[in-house]
This record gives sequence, C-alpha cells and structure tokens, in this order.
Amino acid sequence: MYEATKRSQDFSLHYFFLLWLQIAMILVVTLQEGLPFLVAWEIMSLSSFMLVIFESEKKEILNTGIYYLIQMHVALFFVLAAFALVEAKTGISGFDGLAIYFKTYPSIPMFLLFFAGFGIKAGFIPLHSWLPHAHPAAPSHISGIMSGTMIKMGIYGILRVVSFLNESLMEIGTIVLIVSLISSVFGVFFAIFQHDLKKMLAYHSIENIGIIGIGIGTGLIGKAMGNPLICLLGFSGAILHVLNHSLFKSLLFYCAGSVYNQCHTRDVNELGGLIKKMPATSMLFLLASVAICGLPPFNGFISEFLIYKGFFSGLDIDIYTSLLFLGGIVGLTVTGGLAMFCFTKAFGIVFLGAARTNKTQHAHEVESSMLFPKLLITIPIVGIGIGSYLLMPTIESIANLYLPVATIPQPDLVSPMLQPLSTTLGLFIILVIILYAWRSMQQKSVTIAAGPTWGCGYPALTPEHQYTSTTFADNLKNLSLSLSGMKTHYHAINKEDIFPSEKRKYETHQVDELEKVLILNPSKLFMTVMLKFTILRSGKIQHYILYGLGFILIVALLTIVNAL
Amino acid sequence: MIPAALIILTSLLFPGIIVKVKAKVSGRKGPGLLQPILDIIRLLRKGNVYSTTTSIIFQIGPLIYFATILFSIFFIPFGDTAGLISFQGDLFLFIYLLGLGKFFLIINALDAGSGFEGMGANREALYSMLAEPAFIILFGTFSMMAGYDSFYEIFAHWHLNSSTYLVLSLLASYVLVQIAMVENSRLPVDDPKTHLELTMVHEVIVLDNSGFDLGLIQLANAFKFGVFGALIANFILPEHQALWIRALIFIGVIFLFAVIVGLMESFRARLKMEKNPQFILTLSAISAIAFLVALIITNKLI
Repeated sequence: MYEATKRSQDFSLHYFFLLWLQIAMILVVTLQEGLPFLVAWEIMSLSSFMLVIFESEKKEILNTGIYYLIQMHVALFFVLAAFALVEAKTGISGFDGLAIYFKTYPSIPMFLLFFAGFGIKAGFIPLHSWLPHAHPAAPSHISGIMSGTMIKMGIYGILRVVSFLNESLMEIGTIVLIVSLISSVFGVFFAIFQHDLKKMLAYHSIENIGIIGIGIGTGLIGKAMGNPLICLLGFSGAILHVLNHSLFKSLLFYCAGSVYNQCHTRDVNELGGLIKKMPATSMLFLLASVAICGLPPFNGFISEFLIYKGFFSGLDIDIYTSLLFLGGIVGLTVTGGLAMFCFTKAFGIVFLGAARTNKTQHAHEVESSMLFPKLLITIPIVGIGIGSYLLMPTIESIANLYLPVATIPQPDLVSPMLQPLSTTLGLFIILVIILYAWRSMQQKSVTIAAGPTWGCGYPALTPEHQYTSTTFADNLKNLSLSLSGMKTHYHAINKEDIFPSEKRKYETHQVDELEKVLILNPSKLFMTVMLKFTILRSGKIQHYILYGLGFILIVALLTIVNAL
Repeated sequence: MIPAALIILTSLLFPGIIVKVKAKVSGRKGPGLLQPILDIIRLLRKGNVYSTTTSIIFQIGPLIYFATILFSIFFIPFGDTAGLISFQGDLFLFIYLLGLGKFFLIINALDAGSGFEGMGANREALYSMLAEPAFIILFGTFSMMAGYDSFYEIFAHWHLNSSTYLVLSLLASYVLVQIAMVENSRLPVDDPKTHLELTMVHEVIVLDNSGFDLGLIQLANAFKFGVFGALIANFILPEHQALWIRALIFIGVIFLFAVIVGLMESFRARLKMEKNPQFILTLSAISAIAFLVALIITNKLI
C-alpha cells in the first residue's frame, strides 16, 4: 500500500535499516564487552528510529520518532552510567566487571540503574510512555518486530544483570515483582480504553513484559529462599513467555496491519464484520487472541501455568512470601481476566457483527504472500501449546543458570510436570473434534433457516446499535474511578437548538496520566526554565565573543584557584 | 469414572430441582423434575435459525463452551479418589478452561451484531473477570494448607476431624455457592425469570442461538452447577468410608445445593446492575479472609 506514495529510494533505506536492526539485535545478545555492547545497543535504537519514521512526511510520525529517539537515549545513558561505574570501581569493563562488582559492592543501587535503563527499552510501567506512541506510528511489520523482539532486548539486559546477583536477592526480587505486577495489570487496563488497534496492542506489550517480569521476580525470590523449584519455575516461565509473546504479538500486529491495509483505518469503532471479508486473517487474529489471553491449548497458557505453579509452590513458606505471592496470583488472574475482556472486545468489534461504517466495504482477503508469514507463526503457537514438554528441557537448561549457587542443577525438575498437561490438552482437542462431528451429523438431519438478528421486537435495527469499543469499556470505566484517564468531549443540545447541528458531537479519548506526570509536565517545566536563558541569545556577534572570553577567563581563574 | 458419572447424573436433575423448589415456595405445583432436561433434549433434536449477520464463530462458540465445561467435569475428584484427569497443577488448567469457554460464549454473542447481545457479552466479560480472583484465592488457601496444587491432593489432605478445617469448609462452601450463582448469572446478579430481553447477562447472550446450539448451552449451564456442587461436596465428604456412603453424601450435597439455590432465588431480589461488581468483589474479600485464617492456623501470621 505504500507503493503509491513512496519512491524506491525510500524502500531501499527502509530495508537497509531493517537489516541493520536485525544485525544489531544479534550483536546485542552476543557481545560480552561493555563498549561494543553499547555500540550495538545504539545501532539498534538508531535503526529502529529510522524504521519508525518511514512515513516521515506526516508531521506527527516524525514527532513520535523523535520522542522515541530521546527516550531511547535516556535509556542508553542509564546503561552507560551503570557500565562506567562498574569499570571505575573494578577496572574491568562489561559484564565480566559486573560479576566482580556485585561480589564487593552493594547490589541494589547498581541493579536499579540497570533496571531503569533496560526497563525503558522493555517498557515497564512507569517507564513505558514511548511504547504506545512508537508502535502505532511505525508500519505494522516494524511494530511486530519491535514489540516481538526488540523490547525483549531490555528483558535480555535485565536477565543478564540478574544472573550476576548474589546478595539482596529478596529485595531486588520484590522490587521486580511489584513493578511487573503494576505493569501487567495497568498495561492491560489501559489497553481496554484504546480505539486505535495498534495502540491497544502496544499496551498489551507492556502487559506481557509485566508477565515476563513477574516470572523473573518469582525466580529471584525463589533463589533468595534457596528453593530451586520456585527459582526454576519463575525463570523458565519468564524465558518461555519471552518466546511466546514474540510469536503471538507479531501475529497480532501483522493481522492489524492487514486490516489497516484493507480498510485504511485503525479505529476499531469504524470497523466490524470483517470475518466475512477477510476470513483467514480473522481466524489468525482469533488464534493469537486466545493465545495472548493465556488460554489453553495455546502457548501463552504454558508460561502462565509455570508462573502460577511457582507462586503456589511458595505459598506455604513464610508470611512474607505467602502474602507477596498471593498478591502475585491475584495480579496474574486479574491480568488474565482483563486480557480476556480486551480481546473479546477487540475481536468482536473488529471482525464480528455488522460493518459500522462504509470503510470496510472494499475490504477483501489479503494476498497469500501476506498470509504465509502469519501461517508460519501459528505453527509454533500451537506446537508449544500442545507439545510443551518437548521444548521444556531446552528452556529449563537456560533457567538452570539462575539456580542458587549451593544447589546442584538437577536435570528435568520442571519438564516432567508438563507431560500430563500436554496429554490433557490433546484429549481436550479430541473431545472438541468429536463434539464437532456430532454437531455436523445432527445439522444434516434438520432444517437450517436463515433470518435477521432478533431485535427484541424493535424493527429498525441498524449497525449503529451495536456495541462499540467505547461502550464495551464503559462499565469498567465507571468501576475504575478516574484511573482510566478517559476524557469525554460532549456538546449537549442547547434549548435554543431546534435541529441537531454539527456542533453536537460525542468524543472520548484516553490520557495516560503517568506519562503526563512523569514525562510531559517535567519537560514542560524544564522548557520554561530554559526559555529564561534566551535573553543571552541576542544575535550580536560581539556578545558571543564576550561570552567566549568570559568562559576562558573563568577557566583560567579556576586553574589558579585549583593550583593554590 | 464414578465422580464424572455422578456429576453428570445429578446435573441433569439440577435445573429441575431448582424450578420445583421455586414453584413449591410460591405455592404452585410446578413442572416435573425432568422437564428442563426434556426441554434440552427437544432442543438438541431441532434445527437452527442463523442470523445473516453471523459467521462460523456463532456455530463453534456454543460447541467450545460446552466442550470446556464437559471436560472440566473430569477434573473433579471424589474425596480421596482422584478424578479421571489429575496431575500437578490441574487446578490452573481447570480455571483457564472455564475461561476459554467464556471467551467463546462472549464472541458468540458479539457475532450476532445486536446491541442486546453486546450488552450481555460486555457484562459477562466484566463479571467473570471480577469473580476469578475469588476462586483462585480460595484454592490458593487450600493449596497452602495441603502443600499441593492439584484437586485430588488438596481434597485428599482435607481432614474434617479438626474444627479449623470445618470453619474453612464452611467459608469455602459459602464462597463457592455464591461464585456458582455469579458464574451461572442467577440471583442476585441476574434474574433468569424476567422477560428474556431484560434478563441482563446470561439469557441475553444466547438471544440469537437456537436449536442444537441453545441446547448445548443450556446443558453446559446445568453441568456448571454440577461441577460447583461437586466441589462443595468434596469439602464435606468424609474419608475412609464405603463407596456407596460417599456416593450418597455426594448426591445429597448436590441436591441440597440445588434446594439452596431454589430458596435463594425465591427470597432474594436482583441487585441493581451497578451494585453487582461490589457484590462480586466481596467474594474475593471473603476468600482473602479465608486465606488469612489459614495463615493464622498454620502459625505463620502470629
């Protein structure tokens, strides 16, 4: 769809940076030294920036791109500062130095520095504000790569740092667990209020990063308690969820891209009934939705199963972990429930029912070259769901790296738990098939009629009577006080208005209060302070020479003072 | 095999008992015990009317909903005899399977493209989201007491001889009865007696389903009551008794549960819609109290 507006040079540039993004991501996960790691990290940020601003002729996309670039560099400086500190204290750069650092110096401040840097990349709340802007701005395949793979580089960084930790594990585990719980619950909660399909998916990335973090936090607490089972369950759940999320989230973004490609809108309230026009895309979106809600028999369930098991194994140890883990269980359940709320809404509004506007009238199924990559992704989604025990030994061997030092790694502590699960899921699928066969047989012997949807006696139903994304979210909004940040613009009818005029309209949009408090307000304040200094910028060359002279003079004076 | 057969048998009578109790209380004769199940059988033989707005989702939705609930029956143990399916962590699969069923029931409703069904779907999604924590906190409590996370082991380690377990059994039974009411959208959350279009949650989501599919949904709802009844029965089943005594107690408990539901529906009014979340969240609070009680009993809190 970009062929009409873009020149071939634009495409070349795009593919060039796409290649560089892939190379940089491979480098990030292979480099051990500090400086090369940071260079690769920077290449990753720059190339993804170039990919986000593919449609840079639109002003808001360019602005979003710059917003993204700035946030990525704030993240870079956190990581840079952390590595610099490590090198200054130990004399060894990179992750090797970190191992020595954690043995001799307090761990928590250093961990927090890394957590802030990598956390911005990963998108933990409250460091998430770039995600809901950058994902909708980028073309869908880039959103898929960024959400599926690139933000996991932040998780990779956290996992690397965590592997060197020896002390204060309980405190750090608690911090990670609580931040992640907040991220997962609020990520999905904010997602419910989005009309923009891709923005909604971006908030779901935050939720899933939260779930991964919950696994890491659980694993750390298990390690702190010297309990290898909880440690393994937490970390293997987290690592598996990294893989799982990259699968179903890219599938969702690709499907959203196909919808945008056909309907030229991402506003879910303008869509509807697409399952009849794009059946394959719809079924793929449904499959990914079920997987991302963590429902069986797909892969999302397996990682959540492991994390739940970790929580339940730690309930009977002591009061602190009992309460913490109970909070974790409730958080994870609420996340699951909200995710189901959000994806039944998203799938139902976009693909089911009747079309709400005429934007869908020319839509048809995308060509097979766009369907093929999606089909490829479904294979591991289903495969991991049913055959999880085959993959588990690999995941577990990675998680073994995080075991408490005193314990000898036991092979296959977690994997055998998944064998009965796979069998049961297989049986469930067989049951569904049998029931379906029964139903098909029954349907052959009876008369099937078609008619309009029952309007409860009301004869003039139009597609506008259907629920929209906004109305679906309404009862949750009423329940959540003002946490949702939903703002309504409504011009009521005046008494003197005889006929409804153009003025009368109803609009809602959501404001991310955290972003406002943490990013927008401080930067506005900073700008007002900095603007005071514009008085120095007179535009006269003589003044600037004077400033230069003054500066040299001050340096000279300071040298003299220092020498004394 | 025995628990599954017992649950299915008792579930078939469950709606009949509720209707009978409600009729007796309001001074009517009421239909026979088998009437609701005969209705379902009649529906299963009938043809369907599909709305032209609907798609394949409308045809597989009820089927998957029914499959999840039928499958969840096999998880339920029978005192210290394991269910047909029993493994470490079956609890989570049980909860998430019910979630899968709800997912398909909700999108089934949205497929009809009617505002009424959208309303029902929306409320079902919200209430099931609110009810899930109560269930998982409750089973978290038992899992903590037993040290295991499968239904069989939780119930096998459940000793009725001490008073502390008895207190928890009572709390659990209360919460489970209420969760069952919410899950099946009965009073006080929703009133199935009211006019079809005004019945705000469960009856309205199936407004466009007909024939075979409607029969499956109604059968699934009956089974759902049976599953919750069986869970409650498991808290009360004594250990080391002859099979037939346990079976009798099991049937007795489910029968009693149906009578209680009937009585509750006769004397209780439906809540205002906006009061429902408060009511459902109270269940989570009670479960959390059960958890704290369990912490005190196991000498962790004090």
